[in-house]
Amino acid sequence: MPQTFSGDTAWVLASTALVLLMTPGLAFFYGGMVRAKSVINMMLMSMSAIGIVTVLWVAYGYSLAFTDSGSKWIGKIAPSHLGSLVNDLANNGAKLAIPVLVFSAFQLMFAVITPALISGSIADRTKFVSWVVFVAIWVTVVYFPVAHWVFYFGNASADGKTITGAGWLAGLGVEDFAGGTAVHINAGAAALAMALLLGRRVGFRKEPMRPHSIPLVMIGAGLLWFGWFGFNAGSALSANGLAGLAFMNTQVATAAALAGWLIVERLRDGHATGLGAASGAVAGLVAITPACAFVTPTGSVFIGLIAGAICAYAVGLKYRFNFDDSLDVVGVHLVGGIVGTLSIGFFGAKAVNSVGLNGLFYGGDLTLLRLQATGAFAVLAFSFVMTLIIGKLIDLTLGLRIDRDAEVEGIDSTEHAETAYELDTRTGGGIFASASSKEA
Amino acid sequence: MKLITAIIKPFKLDDVKAAIEHAGITGMTVSEASGYGRQRGHTEVYRGAEYRIDLVPKVRIELVVDDSQVDDLLDRIVDAARTDRIGDGKIWVTTLDDVVRVRTGEHGPGAI
Repeated sequence: MPQTFSGDTAWVLASTALVLLMTPGLAFFYGGMVRAKSVINMMLMSMSAIGIVTVLWVAYGYSLAFTDSGSKWIGKIAPSHLGSLVNDLANNGAKLAIPVLVFSAFQLMFAVITPALISGSIADRTKFVSWVVFVAIWVTVVYFPVAHWVFYFGNASADGKTITGAGWLAGLGVEDFAGGTAVHINAGAAALAMALLLGRRVGFRKEPMRPHSIPLVMIGAGLLWFGWFGFNAGSALSANGLAGLAFMNTQVATAAALAGWLIVERLRDGHATGLGAASGAVAGLVAITPACAFVTPTGSVFIGLIAGAICAYAVGLKYRFNFDDSLDVVGVHLVGGIVGTLSIGFFGAKAVNSVGLNGLFYGGDLTLLRLQATGAFAVLAFSFVMTLIIGKLIDLTLGLRIDRDAEVEGIDSTEHAETAYELDTRTGGGIFASASSKEA
Repeated sequence: MKLITAIIKPFKLDDVKAAIEHAGITGMTVSEASGYGRQRGHTEVYRGAEYRIDLVPKVRIELVVDDSQVDDLLDRIVDAARTDRIGDGKIWVTTLDDVVRVRTGEHGPGAI
């Protein structure tokens, strides 16, 4: 029986906390991007995901995603029973030297942030209760199964020689180190489906709807970047050279994508923007997520530059096809996730990770690129179709969208009875504070 | 007694304020405003998309002056606020029935 290795355990524990921080970071990132009247709702959509998904994870989520049911589609449909696993070591394609509960907590944070990512496409107009119900259903029937496909490498026997029950895509050999498919393509495809179901905001394409606070967006991007080291390097589940490679690649690709986005903006619009820098960084983080432990740092420079430039153009798709993906979840997470997942087919380098295959630029054949395309398309199609069904059912029962007047007045005051900035006379701020009255 | 209301470009406020002080006027009220005139707003490019901005930010200056000061003051404000580009703004003059100084209760020109 292998012992827990304290170094690995410490690193995964720290990574878990880092990944948790990404969700509040996302709340700031998205919260700054909406108009001042929707900030609370936007941030609350992220924060509420922590509450909902954590409870479901302990109830049954861990079991659905990370146990061996003999099926490659889903784990055991049973309660998680985490309390009975306290003394066990994690087992995911191999016996790991960290406790199950540490592994489970780490994976929980991925399950939390994935639905939160979707919220960006439905800003300013979604009934909060419908969002809460959506998150609960979506993680159950979309995220947990997809996490099983991608992240569950099967149950290794005591001697480590036989492995049973690996998830579908993991078993096929699709390379996704930290969630380009399971997290980003998954959330991005769902975001597209939800944006289509909800329809466009009042004033879409007529009013500018500029971000109300770029500094908040920057705080959010900073927290995401910081937390992402846990997301990517923590996914090594060990404090070793692979974690180091993932760490370095995460930094390199993110920096390159930031630069790539700003270059495109400067050439196309004449200005490099703060929002562009923040979005570029996130596009780079998204793209390197699946690739971070399969490519070289040099490869990461190119992956980052390509992702930054492509996503800078991809955020314009919503105007071209007239769907209101409000905060560019499709342009950044879906497109960035696809770029990153496919990039491994070109930049994959067996020299840095013997588990992987060589991509086209490193002497490999098309095998890997085909696998990557399979993984990307499978998750995209499953998530898109399932989300359309879930969203439609909620729309027919609870209704997805707040009414027009409430949307124009501002979802913060109508859904949450709060405003982000108590500056006007109605809410006791400003120079007329003492004269505030309901009729103002 | 006249009320002079001037709508100007925000970045011209300092110049116009200096011109008004030069004319010996001792008070003014300044507020932020937004609106459009014949230029009908302007277009702006952000994140690769072009938007029409109808309501352009402006500054509104209000002055209460004696009839004799009006012509000179209008010339000075126009000189200071003009850039010769569209959207330079507008000034209008309104006749006032009375003016009261709150502290002393004085009425009429003496209250200006």
